[in-house]
Amino acid sequence: MSEVKLMKGNEAFAEALIRAGTDAYFGYPITPQSEVVEYLMSQKPYETTGMVVLQCESEVAAINMCYGGAGAGFKVATSSSSPGISLKQEGISYLAGAELPALILNVARGGPGLGTIQPAQSDYFQATKGGGHGDYRLFVLAPSSVQEMADFVPLAFDVAFKYRNPAMILSDGIIGQMMEKVTLFEPIPRRSLEQIEKECPWATTGKKPNRERNIITSLDLDPISQEKHVMKLKEKYEKMQAELRYEEINTDDAEYLIVAYGSSARICHKVVSIARKQGLKVGLLRPITLFPFPYKRINELANKVKHILVTELSLGQMVEDVKLAVEGKVPVYFYGRTGGAIYTPVEILEYLKTKL
Amino acid sequence: MTEEIIIAGFGGQGVLMMGKIIAYAGIMQNYEVSWMPSYGPEMRGGTANVTVIVSDERISSPILNEYDTAIILNQPSLDKFEKTVKPGGILIYDPNGILRHPERKDISIYKIPATEEAAKLGLTKIFNMMVLGGFLKIKPILSVESVIKGIEKSLPKRHHKLIPQNKEAILKGMEIIKLV
Amino acid sequence: MITYKDIIKPENLVYRRTPLLTQKTLSFCPGCGHGTVHRLIMEVVEEMNIQQDTIGIAPVGCSVLAYEFMDIDMQQAAHGRATALATALSRLMPNKYVFTYQGDGDLAAIGTAETIHACNRGENFIIIFINNGIYGMTGGQMAPTTIPDMITTTSPYGRDTKIMGNPLKITELVAQLPGTCYVTRQSVHTPNNVRKTKKAIRNAFEYIKQKKGTCFIEVVSNCPSGWRMTPLQANKWMEENMFKHYPLGDLKVPSNENVKQ
Ligand SMILES: Cc1ncc(C[n+]2csc(CCOP(=O)(O)OP(=O)(O)O)c2C)c(N)n1
Ligand code: SF4
Repeated sequence: MSEVKLMKGNEAFAEALIRAGTDAYFGYPITPQSEVVEYLMSQKPYETTGMVVLQCESEVAAINMCYGGAGAGFKVATSSSSPGISLKQEGISYLAGAELPALILNVARGGPGLGTIQPAQSDYFQATKGGGHGDYRLFVLAPSSVQEMADFVPLAFDVAFKYRNPAMILSDGIIGQMMEKVTLFEPIPRRSLEQIEKECPWATTGKKPNRERNIITSLDLDPISQEKHVMKLKEKYEKMQAELRYEEINTDDAEYLIVAYGSSARICHKVVSIARKQGLKVGLLRPITLFPFPYKRINELANKVKHILVTELSLGQMVEDVKLAVEGKVPVYFYGRTGGAIYTPVEILEYLKTKL
Repeated sequence: MTEEIIIAGFGGQGVLMMGKIIAYAGIMQNYEVSWMPSYGPEMRGGTANVTVIVSDERISSPILNEYDTAIILNQPSLDKFEKTVKPGGILIYDPNGILRHPERKDISIYKIPATEEAAKLGLTKIFNMMVLGGFLKIKPILSVESVIKGIEKSLPKRHHKLIPQNKEAILKGMEIIKLV
Repeated sequence: MITYKDIIKPENLVYRRTPLLTQKTLSFCPGCGHGTVHRLIMEVVEEMNIQQDTIGIAPVGCSVLAYEFMDIDMQQAAHGRATALATALSRLMPNKYVFTYQGDGDLAAIGTAETIHACNRGENFIIIFINNGIYGMTGGQMAPTTIPDMITTTSPYGRDTKIMGNPLKITELVAQLPGTCYVTRQSVHTPNNVRKTKKAIRNAFEYIKQKKGTCFIEVVSNCPSGWRMTPLQANKWMEENMFKHYPLGDLKVPSNENVKQ
């Protein structure tokens, strides 16, 4: 049954894991996402759905446990925050290389290094351009509400399994820590082993007499066939363009466009409403998927606005993709705060006004 | 209707809980709500604050720089947030431990001696409910019934026997709040 | 009337704060054992007059800011990797005194591999291991050393060893390894125990001077905040529960001395 609750983003994500029929979650505490494992442990899904929940010895262990589970076709997930996500990168690259579906949540915080525990969006490059080694991409979703922290779980799993590719939810300390009203979707039961074997004929669930053995690997010593493998991945990423999602607010008559994702998009939504009250025609484009990215739509909008402002809680990462999309048609400005500092709507509006 | 509130005080004063109850009560009345805490080392007895928004529209930014209402429970928070109340807005504060009182002339300032009153009644643990009562008196955007339901949702079952006491505290808070 | 000015005189001095602790106020919670151990290490470094030759390493955990309090050269390590940094430092500067200062999550969860391999190689540095059975810094999650049935935020119904594994006695484990020369378990909850711990730290620094190999000092400590107890309750609980799993005493002493269990 769908239910309305007041939850933190982290808790909504955890509850959604249980409801999405996730088979296993592996995690390691780190602020600001520890509520994920805390919530799961309080709900004891291992007694209800049979979902495995384990607090591991490290993020490295957690992501490799995901690899193991995913290799057998199970729905597996892990979560962490920036430093922990960095540790997982080798494992994420292996998942992509071996074409395994898995869900990774990053509740990002300010960095580099140990940095701060306050929210940031400075992991955009890491999430969208690979992150680990090798030629690969993740499917990346950027929630901007607690509701989306829940809703993106089944969506991410669907895409991950459809393309056999890891999916990442790139959130941050704002969305993870804040509480909002959330309508929880109806639980989906976990798949049986027979279902998994049917849906994932590649899964290493034990060789049956009627099939060849299944091997999960990312190794191919022959450069020509490795190249072929990477080209196949590339085709997959091109097909993944079909999963593009974005939201537009007041763009119809906009003279000035703001592009922002996740928590920043929430803050910029307020900028739009204050600006409109002051008679300034400002619109907002919010990429919901960061990979694939709405290059085409931004290019179209660049034909009708006077300039574009990109805001991020970083020194400017997504702004590079926006500039690629705009192809120099109009000026692209950037306003950012970083290291865990957060801008307010008025601050952004003041900056915008200096560029009129 | 959109009400943007900041609640600030020391960790352990029940600041986050008060915000949570307002948010839950908002849900009971079908409003959109958001609750954004300060988090981190504040846990260790430092200052804590929470931004709560209750609205009949989709809520945009959960982070604000001005508020309709500021509920202030210690001096550092008063110093920080007095200037963030919108002109014409409301500041509610508990004078306990306050040396420099609020000075603005373009907002309505209310005083609620909740710490003192709660100590008298032996209700120190739920002094925050008294403050909440004071707020509801000044800004009756939520009914006491919704707030009680909010408390039910926010408190673990084993503490539900304390609900009548909470209600008493809320009503007391409504009595003792005074315009400065 | 006698005032404090009549009492505070050099001839009445029984205790002074070591100048090797900076003036910065310790950021630990009231009653926490971390502060005491910080002080003991700095007292030993002062007494041995080796400030210029000592390098400390603190990874993440509540003691991540140790470099703010200890007036010596220090490095801050990534979570779990302190002994890797120490390996490099002690090998590159064999005549220096290198120590790590690690929590149980850091040393016995994410850093287990580094811990075991450094001890097994017999790296010539000191590991100070604060075992409070919990992740203090991140708000009280279960640690590898959390004892059975102990409540934490990730074992809200108590640690169920069937699902969550058993407390890891990593000190017993490293005592087995040929590389460790001195392995001991102490506490700092009473003046007597504080004195013993200080003696152990002093021993370790002396062994390092003689290049005897890895010295491993576990301090069974408390975490009033993470355990949700007052400092007094926490110390009592520690005596009654933690010491059963983590008995105090030497596990291994250099070969020319007798091993007392
Ligand atoms: C890679 C990585 N993962 C997780 C964290 C978050 N983190 C910081 S300290 C800590 C655990 C600290 O516990 P412990 O080592 O027992 O020390 P204590 O705080 O109890 O003194 C964790 C998980 C981090 N900083 N880096
Ligand atoms: S949280 Fe625990 S370990 Fe950390 S300083 Fe406080 S009492 Fe000490």
